[in-house]
Amino acid sequence: MSAIELSGVTKNFGPTEIIRGVDLSVRDGERHAMIGPNGAGKSTLFNLISGRLTPTAGAIRLKGEEITGLRPYEINRRGLSRSFQVTNIFPRLSVWENVRCAVLWSMGYKYSFWHNVDSLADVAERTESILRQINLLERRHFSAGVLTYAEQRALEIGITVGGGAEIILLDEPTAGMSVAEAEHAVALIRKLSEGRTLLIIEHDMSVVFNLADRISVLVYGKVIASDEPAKIKANQAVQEAYLGVAA
Amino acid sequence: MSERAQTASAQRSSGGLLATAARYGIWVVLAALLLTLPRIFSSSFTFTMLSLMGISIIFALSYNMLLGQTGMLSFGHAVYYGLGGFLVVHAMNTVTKYSLPIPLPLMPLVGGVAGLFFGVVFGSVSTRRGGTAFAMISLGLGELVASSALILRSFFGGEEGITTNRTKLLRIFDWNFGSQIQIYYLIAFWCLVCVIAMYALTRTPFGRMCNAVRENFERAEFVGYNSQLVRFFAFCLSGFFAGIAGGLAAINFEIVNSGYVGAEQSGSVLLAAYIGGIGFFGGPIIGAILVTWLQVMLSDITEVWQLYFGLLFVGMVMFAPFGISGLLMMHAPLWRARVLWRLVPAYLLALAAGLVMLTGASLVIEMAYHLSTKAADGPMMSFMRVAFSVHSLLPWLMAAVLLIGGYFFFRSSWPYVEGAWHDALMKARERGSAV
Amino acid sequence: MLELVLVSTLNGVLYGMLLFLMASGLTLIFSMMGVLNFAHASFYMLGAFFGFQISQLVGFWPGLILAPILAGFIGALIERYGLRNVHRHGHVAELLFTFGLAFVIEEIVQMIWGKLPRDYRIPPSLDFSAFTIFSTNYPAYKMFMLLFAIGIFVALLLVLTRTRVGLIIQASLTHPHMVGMLGHNVPRIFMLVFGLGCALAAVAGVIAGPALVTQSNMAALLGPILFVVVVIGGLGSLSGAFIASLLIGLLQTFAVAVNLSISDIFGVFGIHTNPLPFLSDIWRVTVAQIAPIMPYLLLVLILVFRPTGLMGTRDT
Repeated sequence: MSAIELSGVTKNFGPTEIIRGVDLSVRDGERHAMIGPNGAGKSTLFNLISGRLTPTAGAIRLKGEEITGLRPYEINRRGLSRSFQVTNIFPRLSVWENVRCAVLWSMGYKYSFWHNVDSLADVAERTESILRQINLLERRHFSAGVLTYAEQRALEIGITVGGGAEIILLDEPTAGMSVAEAEHAVALIRKLSEGRTLLIIEHDMSVVFNLADRISVLVYGKVIASDEPAKIKANQAVQEAYLGVAA
Repeated sequence: MSERAQTASAQRSSGGLLATAARYGIWVVLAALLLTLPRIFSSSFTFTMLSLMGISIIFALSYNMLLGQTGMLSFGHAVYYGLGGFLVVHAMNTVTKYSLPIPLPLMPLVGGVAGLFFGVVFGSVSTRRGGTAFAMISLGLGELVASSALILRSFFGGEEGITTNRTKLLRIFDWNFGSQIQIYYLIAFWCLVCVIAMYALTRTPFGRMCNAVRENFERAEFVGYNSQLVRFFAFCLSGFFAGIAGGLAAINFEIVNSGYVGAEQSGSVLLAAYIGGIGFFGGPIIGAILVTWLQVMLSDITEVWQLYFGLLFVGMVMFAPFGISGLLMMHAPLWRARVLWRLVPAYLLALAAGLVMLTGASLVIEMAYHLSTKAADGPMMSFMRVAFSVHSLLPWLMAAVLLIGGYFFFRSSWPYVEGAWHDALMKARERGSAV
Repeated sequence: MLELVLVSTLNGVLYGMLLFLMASGLTLIFSMMGVLNFAHASFYMLGAFFGFQISQLVGFWPGLILAPILAGFIGALIERYGLRNVHRHGHVAELLFTFGLAFVIEEIVQMIWGKLPRDYRIPPSLDFSAFTIFSTNYPAYKMFMLLFAIGIFVALLLVLTRTRVGLIIQASLTHPHMVGMLGHNVPRIFMLVFGLGCALAAVAGVIAGPALVTQSNMAALLGPILFVVVVIGGLGSLSGAFIASLLIGLLQTFAVAVNLSISDIFGVFGIHTNPLPFLSDIWRVTVAQIAPIMPYLLLVLILVFRPTGLMGTRDT
């Protein structure tokens, strides 16, 4: 069964068709990369899958269950979590609080107003382990807003995986990072996506071909190819549309 | 040591006792303070003032559950306060009429339940939207209830309002709550309970998610929370505490009228919470105490006290958006590093300049007020015990000199303040107390 | 009956156009700057009082020109030296700033002109009845208000659609960030639009002052209705504000003219008992009596069925 399954998904903004009938299948447990030129609609597709936008037509399934038109929190509770291209954190909360907010729901505390949040040992344990993995344990008392860009990107990933979702969507997690920072981030992503399904948008081809089990190419609102890295590299249509004919 | 280990060990080890004392100590101190205050100031005027402060503290904290904790700016919070008050008065009158065995101290709960009920009703309409739209809707609902209060006369009692008698209810321990000191203890009790409850609420998963929604409601949805529902719950609970405050006010004054639900009441709680500082739990407490005091004291000194009040508020929004508690917290690291005294000379200088400017401004305001509103009383007036005629040029000239001179004096003193601040901060960093 | 309908329609459209004079400025400011100017009705009040003061000195007509200019100038100054500094603290701080401003303006107006209504008179040249519908004499001044408001509306429409400034403003309504990138001085446009919006509100004040009551509580009375208009129309939508203005104008004017209560309606069906003794007022109150709360009832209804307002798209 596919972790994520899109069939005939379209999205119009006014008269403009941004996503033009996308069929896509992300297999359970794989690392799946989405590539494509700027403006192809990759982020829009993420917004559709995660419930930020509602498709104009078509169906989206999560582990076989239709989630088209559900609200973001409903989709999140069904086991899908996403990060954002533009850092999207809780700026005036501490780093610790940021990750803890992401942990609370999945540990069953929901809207509880009868637990003391500081004495929840299980929450503290999960929060601490995530902070250690994203290397921010030392910075846990700082406001998220004062972190460096690379640290905020790491926190973004930390918030995304905090709820323990089986399916993770990462939108350009290494964008704007230096080479060293990006390498570190990729190692982190590799570690965190262990045993989960990962769908990632990435521009750096070395990262993509290094990390992904399969790659989908989105061009002008359509998936033109979806295959293993080697076959994508060899694909004539992809080369013409995206990698450039000269490549 | 990790957070988890800290809390876990705090629960188990012998150090737990100390931690518990530290955690609950402040409430014990607060309770002791509330009990001893009437012994320190024993005039009935102070009892009245302290009672008003207690009510105002609950109301301002309930308001800050919305604005400070959840980021919802409400212009109609008096609705829940006022309806709580009305329901309490009706309940008291009903209890008296049928001689029901319900004592007065439980009556504020009726107000709380009323506030909660109307919070649920109006919240389900207004919390669908956040931000500016929520603010405008809260204003509209506030006007709806305030205008209805004048139309539905049998429930709201029209312009005169509805009266009650708090001494006619079931007595316990032979307290009839006729005297102000007994009412003070009643209000102090409920104030303590509500403050603790509202503080505890901020330490729960729900309380933390309120903060998350305030910071970034969209991201909160992507970690599993329905922002709209978080806003709604916060709104209902805030209505509950506002209702308790309104109920206590009704018991205190033994009368409720349409002013309880009106825009002025909504505005004054907003001012109190904001001036105290919405960023810290204790901020609205400071604000409530200060604003209540100012309302009582200033209205004795000047008839245009509301103007000063408004100017103070606008000044706060512009220059100290985190309120008094924000200003205080700014100095905390310097206090810890014991370098706070270094600021004293610069602060005194700026204070002097500020006072000169304030004197000039207030002279202008008082003279203008005298000229326009009290023209019938003749041109003579007094300011700071000096009598003069508003028709002569000299006082106006004086005011202009004080105002403009004070402004430039203040501006030239500001670099000293900044310099002293910078030096003190550097010193504090050397000592490792500030980041 | 026909007379009532005609007169009420005229009055309703007039009231609606006055509301739109204010709502349009409010919407322009909100769309561009993201600030809902809580003090907007205060500028309406300032317009009325400036107009009154100028009419005392040199007459009504100079006031019609000078008062809005003065109010607009004050608005621009407040934007430049107040609001702009608050901007970095976010929209809530901006809204609070304008809230405090409304408070201060009301106090100042009270201090200068007192709490009692001022005698702001209709100019003698317009103090006659324009025409007679059946038995009602319709005052010329009201016709003048209507035509003047429509004139301003048309002028605003032309400026927005036909001029360069209008195009920039339109562009910044939908794409506020792009306009800055195109090299326009956004802070200055903000200041101008804020001033213009305040001036429009002041125009409404000058022409409404003599017909309604010029008093220091007029901002507090009208302000909430104004905000209801922009919420019902959909925050940031000019056409929505227009529809909502007329809707509320007509609704309130017609409601005042209807002397029916729920018990009357039930009475038609032969039901005369009162099922709610505690809330017997609801039973007896006439539509005319609840006219003041009509806008707020409409607000609740709209929010239940269409949370973003009639024409609203942007969620803030």
